[in-house]
Amino acid sequence: MSRNPGQTSQSPDAAHEAEAVLSFAGVSMRYGRAPETLRDISFSLAPGSFHFLTGPSGAGKSSLLKLIYLAARPSRGLISLFGQDLAVLPRQQLPHLRRRIGVVFQEFRLLDHLSAFDNAALPLRIAGKPAKTYKDDVAELLAWVGLGSRLHAMPATLSGGEKQRLAIARAVVGRPDILLADEPTGNVDQEMALRILRLFLELNRQGTTVLIASHDHDLVARSGMPELRLEQGRMFAPEAA
Amino acid sequence: MSAEAAQAFLARWRPGPLMPRGDARDAGLVFVIAVLCFFACLAALAALAADRAAGGWTAQLQGSATVLVRPQGGESADAAAARAAETLSGVRGVSEASALEKDKALALLQPWLGKAALTDDLPVPRLVTLDLDKDAPASAAELQEALKADNIDAVVDDHSLWIKDIVRAGLWARAAAIGVFALTAAAAAVIAYAARSALAARHEIVEVLHVSGAKDPFIAGLLLRRFAGMAFGAGVLGAAAAAAVGAGARALGGGEGLTPALPVAWIDLAALLPCPLLAALVAALAARFAALGLLTSMASKANSFSKDWA
Ligand SMILES: Nc1ncnc2c1ncn2[C@@H]1O[C@H](COP(=O)(O)OP(=O)(O)OP(=O)(O)O)[C@@H](O)[C@H]1O
Ligand SMILES: [Mg+2]
Repeated sequence: MSRNPGQTSQSPDAAHEAEAVLSFAGVSMRYGRAPETLRDISFSLAPGSFHFLTGPSGAGKSSLLKLIYLAARPSRGLISLFGQDLAVLPRQQLPHLRRRIGVVFQEFRLLDHLSAFDNAALPLRIAGKPAKTYKDDVAELLAWVGLGSRLHAMPATLSGGEKQRLAIARAVVGRPDILLADEPTGNVDQEMALRILRLFLELNRQGTTVLIASHDHDLVARSGMPELRLEQGRMFAPEAA
Repeated sequence: MSAEAAQAFLARWRPGPLMPRGDARDAGLVFVIAVLCFFACLAALAALAADRAAGGWTAQLQGSATVLVRPQGGESADAAAARAAETLSGVRGVSEASALEKDKALALLQPWLGKAALTDDLPVPRLVTLDLDKDAPASAAELQEALKADNIDAVVDDHSLWIKDIVRAGLWARAAAIGVFALTAAAAAVIAYAARSALAARHEIVEVLHVSGAKDPFIAGLLLRRFAGMAFGAGVLGAAAAAAVGAGARALGGGEGLTPALPVAWIDLAALLPCPLLAALVAALAARFAALGLLTSMASKANSFSKDWA
C-alpha cells in the first residue's frame, strides 16, 4: 500500500473511503442534553496518513478524539474504525479495537500509584504480554523520550514536560495502528516539541496513522503536514497539503 | 540513572498493582466483615449443637417407653407388673420389657409422693420399662391396646411430651442455619457495595485501563482479588473469635457441652475452618458482579455525564 501522508477526504464517498482506517460520516455529538458539541462532521483518514487537528479552544478537538478512542458515542452519524461500523459493534469487541489505538491525553492521565516504567508498560501488560518480553523495550523507549533516568519515578515527582513524554511513551509502546495525541507539545519547550514531532513522524513512517490535536501553529507549519480544522464544532476543508 | 542503574532497576522490577493496594483495606470494612463472619460462625455452631441435641433425644426417646401399672382387685402390685411385662414383651415392636422392682419403683416415685406417704400398705404403682425395636417401634396405642386386652390397668408413656422439645431444638437448628445464610447475604451485600464505591472512586483509573484495551472482566478481576483477600483475613478473625467463644462454652459445660440442651462438641469447631475460604469466595463473587454491573452502567452513560466514563 502506498504511503500517502496527508491523504484525506472530506467526502465520505471518496474512492479510497473503503480502505480508510477511520471515517466519519455526518457525525454529531453532544454531552448530555447540551447543544451539539460537534456538528455534521465527515472526513476519513487513509492508512499511514498524518494530520493535525486544529482550531480554537473549545472547538471540540478533544471531543472528536474521544469519539475515536471510543470514550464517547456520536448522537448522529456513522463512525467506522478499521472498517468496522462502531454503531453495531458489541461492547465486548471494543477492547480489541482500543488496543490498536494509542492515546496521549491532554491532561496525561498517568496512573499516580504506578512508577514511570509501569505507566509506560501498561498497554502491553493489559494486552497480556509477559513482563520479560517487554521489559527491555519499555526501558529503551523511556530512554528515547529522555526518561531513561526516571524509570522508578512516580508521576507526582515528574515535571510537566516529563509527564507529557511519559504519556507519549505509553501511547506508542504498543505500536498502535492509530496514534491520537491531544496537545502533545503543550508543556514542553520548542526543542522538545520538535523532538516529539520527530518521534511521531518516525512512527508514521513505520505505518502508524497519526492525528494530533494542536494549537501550536509553528509546529504544524514546520511539519508540513495537513490540517483538519474545527471551529465551533464544525469541520472545514484542509487548507494545507 | 546510568545504564547500569537502569539494568539494576530492571533486574529488581516487579509489575506494580493496577489498582492501588489500599482499596479494600478500609479498617471499617474489615471490622464489619469480621463481625458478620463471627456471628455467622456462632450461628453455625448453634445450628450444629441444636441439631445434635434434637438428634440425640430422638434416638434415645424412640428406643424406649415406660408403662405405669396399677394393681387391680386382689392382684399384688408385683404380680400385676410381672403380668404387664409378659404381655408387653409379646407385642410386636418391643424388644425387651422388664418390671422394675419395688425398691427401684419407690426410689423413682419418691420425689412425687413424698417419704411419709410410702408405707407398705399403700398400693405402690409399678413401672415397666420397655426397649423398643429401633426400626419399627411399637406405638403407644398398640401397647395400650395389648394391656387392655389382658385386663391390666396401666398408662403408657411414650415420651411424647418430650417430642415438643425435640421439635423446638430442630427449629432452633433451622433458625440458626437461616441466620448463617442471612449473615452471608449481608456480608455479600456489604462487599458488593464497597466494591462498587471503590470502583466509582477509581473511575479515572478505570478509564485509562479501558482506553488501554482492558476488558471488563479483567478490571473486575483486579477488585475481586482485593476484596477476596480482605474477606479471607476478616474471615480468619471472625472464625477465631467464634472458635474462642465455642471452646469456652464447651469447656464450661464439661463433658456434655454447655448444657444438655445445646451440646457443643470440640469437633464442631472444625466446621469453622472453611469460614475464611467461604468469606473469600462470597467476597469474590460479590465484588465481581458489583464491578461488572457498574462497568456496564458506566459504559451506557458515556458522554451523558460531565465526567468521562470510558
Ligand atoms: N465532559 C464534558 N461534559 C460536558 N461538556 C464538555 C465536556 N467536555 C467538553 N465539553 C464541552 O464541549 C466543548 C468542546 O470541548 P473540547 O474539550 O472538545 O474542546 P477543545 O477543542 O479540545 O478545546 P481545548 O483546545 O481548550 O482543549 C466545550 O464547549 C466544552 O465545554
Ligand atoms: Mg482539548
